[in-house]
Amino acid sequence: MISLLSKPWPWYVSGPAIAGIMAVLLFFGKSFGFSNNLSNICSMLGLGKQISYFNFSWKKQLWNLWFLLGSIIGGYLAVHYLQSSEPLKLSSATIADLQKLNVPFDGQLEPGSIFNWNYLHTGKGLFIFLGGGFLIGFGTRYAGGCTSGHAISGLSNLQLPSLIAVIGFFIGGLFTTHLLFPYIFK
Amino acid sequence: MRAIFRAVKYTVVGILFGIVMTKSEAVSWYRIQEMFRFQSFFMYGIIGSAVILGIILVAIIKEYRLKDFYGRPIKLAEKDKRWKKYLIGGSIFGIGWALTGACPGPIFVLLGQGYTVMVMVIAGALAGTIVYGLLRNRLPQ
Repeated sequence: MISLLSKPWPWYVSGPAIAGIMAVLLFFGKSFGFSNNLSNICSMLGLGKQISYFNFSWKKQLWNLWFLLGSIIGGYLAVHYLQSSEPLKLSSATIADLQKLNVPFDGQLEPGSIFNWNYLHTGKGLFIFLGGGFLIGFGTRYAGGCTSGHAISGLSNLQLPSLIAVIGFFIGGLFTTHLLFPYIFK
Repeated sequence: MRAIFRAVKYTVVGILFGIVMTKSEAVSWYRIQEMFRFQSFFMYGIIGSAVILGIILVAIIKEYRLKDFYGRPIKLAEKDKRWKKYLIGGSIFGIGWALTGACPGPIFVLLGQGYTVMVMVIAGALAGTIVYGLLRNRLPQ
């Protein structure tokens, strides 16, 4: 069982597994939306006194913060006990494109040339990690959800606003990939 | 006792989420690049099959008015009908998603995997959340 789970999962296993997580949360009476936790943390830190947006009872959202804690543990367990020795099967076209951007493909989940503290000490690294994080926080709160809340939960409930949000995700992602990355990495 | 049980329950579901996100490779910066370059069906297959199953599940819940484990009717959030915030907010998030290769869940999953640089992404995300909280009433909704 462990060795089977350790192999890379095909998309038709992963997609239903994600739907399964959403189903479990629905049957627990909760809704799947990870980025709500960003507001929950701010509320928990007591920022509701200064900023009305965070003035809500975060304890009612405590379940989602436990879910967040679990996701960290899950990431740890997956790489320590369910690690596959096979390199990531990235498409050769993507490998070639990234090579042109001086981002060599190393077969890991994340490019080691970017995901390290030395890179973070460069202007580019700060922009990608701190700036990228800022845009994730600001954008998901503005749009009222992220991939789990809009792309999965919202589209499953046929919500037109979620479709608009997902179109936005792609506008931002395509702009960054095709216009910003050549500028950043070259 | 109930509080502890609840904490364990949602932590376990979170652990499953962290494992699924890792093994699906949806946390991979490379996979997100592949997606935004339309060079593989992989990520579209994951999101598409999750959504198709989700649509079927939600339809069944609504048709049979299913209740949750506590006997309460399952409520599904209706998003309000304004559109500007979804398009503008979504686009801003999309830039951050492509830059870091991570959406909010994977940021924390990657931290658990040992990518400690993610603390900077978390710091940035909390700063962005606070700035949104401050500016909210001045932004087009």
